[in-house]
Amino acid sequence: MDYAAIVVLEILYMIAFLALISAGLAIVFGMMRVINLAHGEFVMLGGYATIAAAKAGINVYFAMLVIAPIVVGIVGLVVERLIVRFLYGRMIDIMLATWGLSLLLIGLVTLIFGNTPVSVPTPIPGYQIGHYQMGGYNLFVIAVAVVLMCAMWFALRYTRVGLIARGTMQGRDVVASLGYNPSTIFMLTFTVGAALSGLAGGVMAPLTGLLPSIGGAYIAKAFITVITGGAAVIAGTLSTAGLFGAVDQLVSFASTPVLGEIAMLALALVLLRLMPQGVTGQFFRNST
Amino acid sequence: MTGAAFGIGRIHWNWLAALAVLLAALPLVSETNTPTLLAVWALFALSLALMWGFAGILSFGHAAYFGLGAYTYAIASVNIGESTVPVLLALIVPALVAAIIGAMMFYGRISDVYLGVMTLVVTLILNRFMNATAGDAYKIGNARLGGFNGIPAFPTLNVPGEPNMEIYGTAYYYVVIVCLLVAYLISRWILSSAFGRTLIGIRENEVRMELLGYNVPAYKTAIFSVCGAMAGLAGCLFANWAEIVTPSVFSLGTTAEVLIWVIVGGLGTLIGPMIAAVALGSLKLTLGHQTTVDNSLVLGAILILVVLLIPRGFAPSFVAWRRRFAQSQVHRRQARGTRRRRIALQEAKQ
Amino acid sequence: MSEPVVETQELAVRFGGVLAVDHVNFVLRERELRCLIGPNGAGKSTFFKSLTGQIRGANASGRVLIRGQETTGWSTHQIVRLGIGIKTQVPSVMNGLTVAENLWLSARRTAGHDGADAVVEEILSELELGGIARRLVGELAHGQRQLVEIGTVLANKPWLVLLDEPAAGLTNVETERLIAIIKRINQSATLIVVDHDMHFVRTLDSLITVFHQGAILLEGHAEKVLTDPSVREVYLGNRA
Repeated sequence: MDYAAIVVLEILYMIAFLALISAGLAIVFGMMRVINLAHGEFVMLGGYATIAAAKAGINVYFAMLVIAPIVVGIVGLVVERLIVRFLYGRMIDIMLATWGLSLLLIGLVTLIFGNTPVSVPTPIPGYQIGHYQMGGYNLFVIAVAVVLMCAMWFALRYTRVGLIARGTMQGRDVVASLGYNPSTIFMLTFTVGAALSGLAGGVMAPLTGLLPSIGGAYIAKAFITVITGGAAVIAGTLSTAGLFGAVDQLVSFASTPVLGEIAMLALALVLLRLMPQGVTGQFFRNST
Repeated sequence: MTGAAFGIGRIHWNWLAALAVLLAALPLVSETNTPTLLAVWALFALSLALMWGFAGILSFGHAAYFGLGAYTYAIASVNIGESTVPVLLALIVPALVAAIIGAMMFYGRISDVYLGVMTLVVTLILNRFMNATAGDAYKIGNARLGGFNGIPAFPTLNVPGEPNMEIYGTAYYYVVIVCLLVAYLISRWILSSAFGRTLIGIRENEVRMELLGYNVPAYKTAIFSVCGAMAGLAGCLFANWAEIVTPSVFSLGTTAEVLIWVIVGGLGTLIGPMIAAVALGSLKLTLGHQTTVDNSLVLGAILILVVLLIPRGFAPSFVAWRRRFAQSQVHRRQARGTRRRRIALQEAKQ
Repeated sequence: MSEPVVETQELAVRFGGVLAVDHVNFVLRERELRCLIGPNGAGKSTFFKSLTGQIRGANASGRVLIRGQETTGWSTHQIVRLGIGIKTQVPSVMNGLTVAENLWLSARRTAGHDGADAVVEEILSELELGGIARRLVGELAHGQRQLVEIGTVLANKPWLVLLDEPAAGLTNVETERLIAIIKRINQSATLIVVDHDMHFVRTLDSLITVFHQGAILLEGHAEKVLTDPSVREVYLGNRA
């Protein structure tokens, strides 16, 4: 019974992790069909921002929930204005340019922070379930993910800004002819996406030692979660995060974490092959 | 339509011969260790340049076949003890894997973005898997896979049939150069054949080629497999140069580098990417000796700049842009010729 | 009465809740020139795509037969290899290649590597494209590109030619030329032409099949069909 609780919690944590790190990319890909291969580095920057702020004495929760998103949001804004905005509509070019950006960011961070891992301790202590010790911080991560998904869904569905964003996703010309400037909307969307990536990095920071190259671990999983998710931002991300999180953890429990990860990647290949439009292109159409 | 057509010029045999002579004479003036590595990289670049520039297949995971070639050679040579069969296997295994994965993607009409993602995921799977194979449990025959430490000691190239006559140093340099030249000539031959022209047509408009009766997925799978074999050969040659094989051959970094070489060198040419591989490879090796300027930073900046500054981006229309430019030069020259003739006529009348 | 070269039996195509092609039974005979007309949404393009293999699988039911060979569910390139030339609604040519190269790729499949050049010359002169043979197709005007596309369709010597909106975007002069070309093709091949342009259809003066709401409303010779009151009602709406 305790073991079952552990398994469920670990699965929930994995799903939350995937949803968190994918949220920013989902917004940017779902809204603008932009594949930002520097997404992992945005997450990494959020982590570094949090750790740097925490080491400077700022409360760690404030650092991860406020400072990290703002810092990375600004970085995203700069990137959009200088690079991405010239490449809209050219998917492959965006992928290549953002790949270059990811290399650039890794290089910059290596220069500034060096190649040794930095970390902060998890602020929430562990707890016991039966014979097993669980990390308490994982619950916080799950909570943040839930709040974030709800907030995004609410914003997209029920606010005017969300409506404009969804409209732009359907057709930028139509929205333009209604008097809204698509360039501004894209700029804001990319910035918000970056901020969310920073938030994810901040929240995950206490759980891993941070290295400049850690973005690589995030990008692959975020990528496949978003692309197999399909066009619907929330429903897509949640359905694939759910699927992958469950498969990863179940296989990990049955064998090794590496096999769990490989199982997840293999499942992604199968999904991509069978449902090129993503899960929400096939099922749950017309969801947000 | 023989000779130059479809954007493929004639081979300049003079230049090629001159180059071959230069390369042959190189060991007289310099060490051969670095040039060998650069030549291997050029071969790797060639394999992607052929597939991407001429068949329009952009793979974000071409390193997978490079790595498969390297590992196949290492594992096979440890088990067999002699190098001839391992080299052949290093060609066959990547080719087969590429054929399977290629068929899965192309017959499923996967293209563009999704192709990029799928090829990336394949490389990631290989990377993750190889990194986790530490310990005695993971071995193929006598070869321990070694996890992230890789396979350190395996028999390197020897003269076929004579396991004790090893090929290394300058002799190995010549082997690599010959492989490179042969691969280049084979690529040119493919491109000037009907098969190659069909690929170029497919790059330009898949739907229309299908409507003309060509089995497009079959063609794409075929070239994907051929280029996989070529990358595998490069990987095998790399393994022999490095004398160790680690999972970094499957890394995102490796696959990013080869993409950058092709873009910077010129998508739609074969020579360009090979030169870029040599140039950027040298740059990387030089930068590796110091820490002020980071290699990733430089490479990343170069990639961003190239993407932003090439006006039409890297869609296959880049190749057409070059032809248009070439054509407009021809027109300009013709117009100048016509003007001159007209002026000459007028002067003759006076 | 010759054998049917194209036949559909109870062909139905469904998209979601919409029945785009409603159990159509269609027959075409050797060397016919048949026009498919009908208002927007009548199903003629969907029907066309069922013949060319561009729509198949879960959406479609019924049978398609070409010269007695069942081609239901065949992929496009397999159907084309039976000797069929297809021009799609959206112009589809290799923009980055020259006119001659486009034609060569088409001709090569049936004439082989050696015979292709001769066929290319033939098509170039027949369609009067010789002057632009070395131009990149992407730079040509729309009308010329349509012509190049028709050239690629003809270059592999099809016995059945399917044209979807060949007159779209053409000037009057170009349309007249197109009509002459179609009549010439018809001397040795069977044709299906889908189009909206009434003047074009009327001038072709062929047998016409009128589609309406996914089914065949009327079939007959041009004069009769184009003056039929039910056809006019379908085009102009009720109470014309």
